[in-house]
Amino acid sequence: MSAHNSQAVERYRNDFLREVEERVEEGQWVKMCMQCGVCAGSCPFGPHWQHSPQKLFMMIRAGKRQEVLSSDSMWMCTSCYNCVVRCPRQLPITHIMHGLASYAHRLGLAPKSQPTREFATMFWNNLAKKGRVNELKLTLALYFKDGLVSGIKTALGMQSIGLGMVKAKRLNPMEILGGHGLKDLKGFHAIIAKAREIEDKKKGLVS
Amino acid sequence: MSEMKTAAYICAGCGIGDKLDVAQMEKVAQKEGKMALVRRHDFLCSPEGVALIKGDIENEGVSHVVIAACSRRAKTEAFDFPTVAMSRANLREGVIWIVAEGAEHDEVRQEMAEDYLRMGCAELKKMKLPAGNPNKADNKTILVVGGGMAGMTAALEAAETGYQVVLVEKTGELGGWAAKLWKRVPFRQPYREAQETGVAELAARVGAHPNIKIHLNSVIASTSGAPGRFNVELAQESGATTTLTAGAIIQATGASNYDIARLPELGGGLANVVDQAGLEALAKAANGQPIKRADGREVKSVVFVQCAGQRDEGGAHLSYCSGHCCATSIKQAMYFKDANPAVDTVVMYTDLRVPGMGEDFYRSAQEKGVIFTKGRASGVTAAGDVCKVNFRDLILDEEVSLDADLVVLATGQVPNSGVNIDLADDDPAKAQQVSILNLNYRQGKDLPQLTHGLTDSHFICFPYETRRTGIYAAGPVRRPMDLLQATEDATGAALKAIQAVENANIGRAAHPRVGDLSYPMVRLEGCTQCKRCTVECPFGAIDEDERRFPVFNESRCRRCGTCMGACPVRVISFENYSVDTVGNQIKAVDIPDEFSEKPRILLLACENDAYPALDMAGLAHHTYSAFVRAIPVRCLGSVNTIWITDALNSGYDGVMMMGCKHGENYQCHFVKGSELATYRMSKIDDTLKQLGLEVERVASYEVAITDNARVAALINDYAAKIVEIGMSPMKGFG
Repeated sequence: MSAHNSQAVERYRNDFLREVEERVEEGQWVKMCMQCGVCAGSCPFGPHWQHSPQKLFMMIRAGKRQEVLSSDSMWMCTSCYNCVVRCPRQLPITHIMHGLASYAHRLGLAPKSQPTREFATMFWNNLAKKGRVNELKLTLALYFKDGLVSGIKTALGMQSIGLGMVKAKRLNPMEILGGHGLKDLKGFHAIIAKAREIEDKKKGLVS
Repeated sequence: MSEMKTAAYICAGCGIGDKLDVAQMEKVAQKEGKMALVRRHDFLCSPEGVALIKGDIENEGVSHVVIAACSRRAKTEAFDFPTVAMSRANLREGVIWIVAEGAEHDEVRQEMAEDYLRMGCAELKKMKLPAGNPNKADNKTILVVGGGMAGMTAALEAAETGYQVVLVEKTGELGGWAAKLWKRVPFRQPYREAQETGVAELAARVGAHPNIKIHLNSVIASTSGAPGRFNVELAQESGATTTLTAGAIIQATGASNYDIARLPELGGGLANVVDQAGLEALAKAANGQPIKRADGREVKSVVFVQCAGQRDEGGAHLSYCSGHCCATSIKQAMYFKDANPAVDTVVMYTDLRVPGMGEDFYRSAQEKGVIFTKGRASGVTAAGDVCKVNFRDLILDEEVSLDADLVVLATGQVPNSGVNIDLADDDPAKAQQVSILNLNYRQGKDLPQLTHGLTDSHFICFPYETRRTGIYAAGPVRRPMDLLQATEDATGAALKAIQAVENANIGRAAHPRVGDLSYPMVRLEGCTQCKRCTVECPFGAIDEDERRFPVFNESRCRRCGTCMGACPVRVISFENYSVDTVGNQIKAVDIPDEFSEKPRILLLACENDAYPALDMAGLAHHTYSAFVRAIPVRCLGSVNTIWITDALNSGYDGVMMMGCKHGENYQCHFVKGSELATYRMSKIDDTLKQLGLEVERVASYEVAITDNARVAALINDYAAKIVEIGMSPMKGFG
């Protein structure tokens, strides 16, 4: 259990709804759900995830903290915004799903090998390093995430596409050596650090 | 109008002249209809046509008029001659619009039109111009029974309109249920916060109004009479009695809470389980401060269990939804949140129903942090100092429980409607019921009930009407409702009561034949005291005297003619509607012989729904069999079986009857008319067998006003059926 998590448990005890309202992006909307189920019925991923938004909101109200934060359901959201368009109470459901996912991630409760989470982490780390996405490194990291053998297999399978992109100058093999970045890298890192500081303060994650 | 002078006017407009041989029809009116005057006009409803008729009435002394043109439901403003008796032959909607096009149908079309003309002439000869009920009654005082929100509103509305009002209240003060509330569900913009009830102000206005006289601690010991002349005896708690007269009565006796003691499984009887009234008492005691339980402990968590003892499919409790309880629980949850936002408030519901602008109020409660849990409570038990609510979470589909300092059960409304007069006298349930109106009517002491003890009224079409003319029900006694709806109800009932006293004052009928001047007349010397009329009258208008003869209270009568249909010796009639007016029409139809392949089907159609549906079938040009002869009747309840036997005896091949839907969701304007007709017709099979006829020769149908395509189809199917079973063997004997 992460320090952030123990601190949150200590602070909110049984009142998970209040924790969500105060700490999750757009979490103040959860209480406004009227349980009509239109979001669950509208979601193209409906049958493929365990907890629909409707259920997640109900679980939050019922205080099922562990179950909600360790659920992989909100990670399945593809941001199609169908639910937001249809919600009769105008809840920003997509944003709440991302808010919940992000909060669970910060507390270290999100499911470890959830592919969306893994890729998102990879993407962020790649981007945060230079302020630009290094596509070659990101692709290779994705190919080799499950080990050397499967990495080589995937890379060989994608070989013709990769070579085609190099020919068309859509992919620079030299990027492997570090790649391009922002001019003021130091300034960029300072911005990111400040942003995180503000967010942590807002979410009460500063210990 | 001593001498009868008849006149027939045949219109040739709207295509009637093109499709029919009008000259031939003039001959029919003259020779067969024996009309003293026969005129044809190409546009009868034009000012010139109307002037022609008016001129004849004034100059020629015409007293009886047949108008052979469009349906009796059309052009009523043009053909409005209040000084003469009038019948209408329906040539447009009834003939030219519904008989199939083409020369091959010319013969049957002409026959149909001539028959309708003959029928109009025959009916006319038996009609009189209604002179109006001589038993007028002029008391215009309005008696309001019940001093709650609905009663006070009705009293005030009637008094403000200028009528004298007497308000009777059983308890020692006005206010009823509303006076027990701390606050009420909002009824004004922005519908976000509970509002002051305003009961004290309303009671003060009622008390100070010069037109309102209040009797507290009083109940009604007896009620007799009719609209315009009700005699009411009040019994005070002290034992004193007061007698008064009233023109109309509004019963606003409200509802009681369903008894919480009958819900032991939901904790009814436990110290910390209350109903909504119990919570209002706690809130009143707290006076805006945090609410405390009976033991003095401040409530930190509360669960509201919705539908407690309501919407019960098992039959043990109320089967209906009381409508107001969801909004009431939302309001009560706000009591807690407003005094202390940290209180856990859970409203446990299966379907949250907040009619009116309640959705805004619901949203406001959510914003305040009231938790709404979709779940079904299975049990409430005491667990130490708190209550444990076991329930099934209907979203997460699991059995769970919640602890709460206090549990509020949203029990429903049980109407205070007095005695269920439909129960048998030896029913033990009846012995426990206390009458409210103590009517000395032959049919029972209180207003008839439809279901669940709610007074009978058509809750969509005629909400305040009851089955006792001049007595109107308002508020939750007639259907479960909240304060706002009760207020609107009371206003409506007050207006209906005013209408009733005014109509009684000039001897006219009340709803639904408002303004009808005809009234039932009885030839008592022919009466056999069989009591069918007194038993069957849907409105309890007929009492019995000491010799068991019927006593008609015309002001209580709605003019449906159910008594006329019931009477086996046919001594009851109206001046313009009687066994003879219809019987004569039936006999006037020309019946072709057995080998003509032209059957004749009599269609008795309720004038409220079925006849308009037939007219609309014409309007929509649905074709139907030209062998049918339709006669509008006031209600199927007024159909006397003699018409059926006469028709079959005189050679009709079949009789169709079209009336309104009956049963719990009835649409009959006279409540029981179509039901009684169906019951009577169920007995006609024996008669048919005696006559040696097939039972299919009499058929009845439930028809709605929107069924225009269906009535045409029904007629065509029935005509095909008649072809199948063959022509009647009775032709030529009649």
